[in-house]
Amino acid sequence: MSVPRARAARPEAPRETARRLLTTPFHERAAALCETNLWSDWKAYTVVDCYTTVEDEYFAIRNATAVFDLSPMTKYRIAGADGLAYLDKLMTRKMSGLTPGRVRYVAWCDDQGHVMDDGTLFHLAEQRWRLCSQERHLDWLLATAQGFKVEIDDESDAVAGLAAQGPTSCRTLQALGLAGVETLRPFQSRAFSFAGMELLASRTGFTGDLGYELWIDPAGAEALWDALFAAGAPYGIRPCGAQALEMARIEAGFIQAGADFAPAVELLRPERGRSPFELGLGWLVDFDKPVFNGRRALLEERKRGSRYRFVRLDIDGNKPGHDAFIYNAKKDLVGHVTSATWAPTAKMNIALASLETPWGRPKDKLWAEIYYNRELEWRRVMAPCRVVAGAFFDPPRRHQTPPAGC
Amino acid sequence: MNKQYDAIVIGAGHNGLVCAAYLARAGYSTLVIEANKQVGGMAGMRELAPGYAVPACAHLLFLPCAKIMADLSLERHGLRPAAANLDTIALDADGNHLILAGNALRGGALDAADRAAYAQFQNQLRRFAKLLQKTFATRPPRLASGGLADLAALAKLGLSARLLGRDDMRELLRIGALNIHDLLRETFVDERLQGVLGFDAVLGNNLGPRSPGTVLTYLHRLTGQAREGGNGVWTPAGGMGALAQALRASAAAAGAEILTGQPARRVLLERDRAVGVETASGRQINSPVVVSNADPKTTFLKLVGARHLETGFVRRVNNIRMGGKAAKLHLALNGVPVFKALADEQLGQRLVIAPSLNYVERAFDSAKYGECSPEPVMEITIPSARETSLAPKGKHVLSAIVQCAPYDLRGGWEAGRAVFRRRLIDKLVEYAPGIREQVTAAELLAPPDLEQAFNLHGGHWHHGEYSLDQFMMLRPAPGAAQYATPVAGLYLCGAGAHPGGGVMGLAGRNAAAEIMKRERRR
Repeated sequence: MSVPRARAARPEAPRETARRLLTTPFHERAAALCETNLWSDWKAYTVVDCYTTVEDEYFAIRNATAVFDLSPMTKYRIAGADGLAYLDKLMTRKMSGLTPGRVRYVAWCDDQGHVMDDGTLFHLAEQRWRLCSQERHLDWLLATAQGFKVEIDDESDAVAGLAAQGPTSCRTLQALGLAGVETLRPFQSRAFSFAGMELLASRTGFTGDLGYELWIDPAGAEALWDALFAAGAPYGIRPCGAQALEMARIEAGFIQAGADFAPAVELLRPERGRSPFELGLGWLVDFDKPVFNGRRALLEERKRGSRYRFVRLDIDGNKPGHDAFIYNAKKDLVGHVTSATWAPTAKMNIALASLETPWGRPKDKLWAEIYYNRELEWRRVMAPCRVVAGAFFDPPRRHQTPPAGC
Repeated sequence: MNKQYDAIVIGAGHNGLVCAAYLARAGYSTLVIEANKQVGGMAGMRELAPGYAVPACAHLLFLPCAKIMADLSLERHGLRPAAANLDTIALDADGNHLILAGNALRGGALDAADRAAYAQFQNQLRRFAKLLQKTFATRPPRLASGGLADLAALAKLGLSARLLGRDDMRELLRIGALNIHDLLRETFVDERLQGVLGFDAVLGNNLGPRSPGTVLTYLHRLTGQAREGGNGVWTPAGGMGALAQALRASAAAAGAEILTGQPARRVLLERDRAVGVETASGRQINSPVVVSNADPKTTFLKLVGARHLETGFVRRVNNIRMGGKAAKLHLALNGVPVFKALADEQLGQRLVIAPSLNYVERAFDSAKYGECSPEPVMEITIPSARETSLAPKGKHVLSAIVQCAPYDLRGGWEAGRAVFRRRLIDKLVEYAPGIREQVTAAELLAPPDLEQAFNLHGGHWHHGEYSLDQFMMLRPAPGAAQYATPVAGLYLCGAGAHPGGGVMGLAGRNAAAEIMKRERRR
């Protein structure tokens, strides 16, 4: 199919600098489709909360293809001969085996072993990586670089990103002209050519579904959007806002900085931080490495025991457990919910929660204390809840290569 | 030949030798490797010109601990004083010198009120220094560790402060965080007296008398006198180097091996542990315990390497303030120097040029902006007046610690060295008019020279500023303040560790005690 040519960089919008929030390279397109005009602030960029209805967008993720503008994602370019050794010190996870074209889910800690953030690390080419995260960390990344031959740049503004997530996303990208995209395995990335520019596609996402993320120079952003929507029209493509994405990510059981843990660098009271073990990320910690930030503290924690346990909860009833306190046997306060939603596909009232150890064992009888409001009258319900192992929703298509029908 | 040791000490400065001697006496097979040809480090000697030897850096003993001297039988190993209980003479350009002898003041044109106030001031501050001193001989307690020993140590410190009595405790709390300028101005009227005491509070540090924390630095200086009584200040027979020679002999007698001319290139690591040392010649020597007498920045950033340490800790090490402000002036003189109104027998005392508090503050002002003081302050000794072996008969050497000479001098030291040296001699001429003509050799060791000569990052006299944020359980930085470091098996024993420098030896002794507690000998 014919692909529109990339347009030259947009002229600056009038009075751009006078605005508090910046606009992403997809802003014009997103604004045209945003029926609700509901926006919110993501790292100083304005992004759509909801284009039409949250249900419509959520079901696009699970049944068709949903497109989410993730340009405001924090992105760091890491390059240099010592890059792998540097990343081994920065991250809790072992970096050996990471090769160009691979993406790895990573978390990193401060010296106290508290998680600063989690994110995805792209090995783009020999001695070149990209780290995507929720929060800003340039100061920490530079401080960690002392003694390594490595260069680090913030390229958040230099790369535009779109997520295309859902069961028809692979066919949509095939229709876009990304030949062979169906052979991408989960956590693999590949560069394609699009309108004379490099388009990086990675089989990654924040929905727990089949899905891809597309990365391109901002100059090609609008052309990519237009071509993607044209290609996806037969496959039910829809734009999707932050609200629907939030439902999908909780259903997938993914944690988010600022919601499920406070990034260590922002804490005034260090004891409020959470270690990887306390966030269900123990599998990311590799003590075989002689040094990484947080290693000493985490070794100590392994000896002494963790203070908290991260759990996924299935709560009885249909009242979402936002901010709920969790009790054992209705009497001991043992923790609180960090994220909650009704999960339409899993058909469960679900929540992510942080419990004090040792609570959350199979024998424990957990209750969520949920407050809700009916016509300005506050009601309280104590709802029994159970710890669920793994994701609430984990379809086979998420793992299949090539995805069914491609 | 690849002998394995129980412990390797990097650096044969006095603290390294003290630590090695204690370890060896406790049965640890101990090796000391020293970069320079001679032992002693900053407490060693240096040849200024053929036949003329000068103390390379430190030239007086303020603080050495009698307990260490007894434990290590230093007297048996040849250490004895050439002169003890030295007076401090605050030089006056008109010859109206002021003599500080222990708690007493002598000298002309002195206010009677000052004389009484001085005795009271010294007595009280020595009581306070004694309190500080109590913490010096032990590992500093960790805050918020929850450990019983740490809590007990903190409680003991609090109790000791309370046991000073109500008035003393109030005064300690009042002046503890004061600057020395304010304290001296409210206590004395004589400018010479204020000047010399203010000088004592800032010597070796990047501070002026009005800088916060200078009462604390003054107390630090008084701890030696508080511990041993009298003036405390002395020099060993045979010159400053005799202390290191005695320490070396004591350590060797206990079985320690000492290799000189062997700079350490790096600490060998195996996983997260120190397992030995590689020397500059590439020789690898194994040991489960590595003790560094080097300063904390050299130890962690050069010998270990930032990449092997966690980022937060590296950041704290980077932030250790240790830019040197003190330089060393050495002169060879072809006769007895003649200071105005100073008898020959007074030449062996400690001579100070710091005529007023404002003078000392101004000397510091220029250093703040990267310049050498136009009117420098000086601590002068004539070592040959006490120890004739240091210079040919009838000749003398002069050794002076001079401030302020910033490490990062604007315009660089290549050009600055000669300018400042001339300025220092001009300053000396104001007090000893004929001295310029007596000089047959002269050298100025600026902080970068000290850095190079002693592998001392920043050329800082005390391996890091004395200030509240680099004191006790914060020295040199949290995470390494109890001699043990984040690298298992690696310890600090130098002046960068508690309780700091000043040729005291306690950092070396405390480190040895900590090592014995944690590490088994084979």
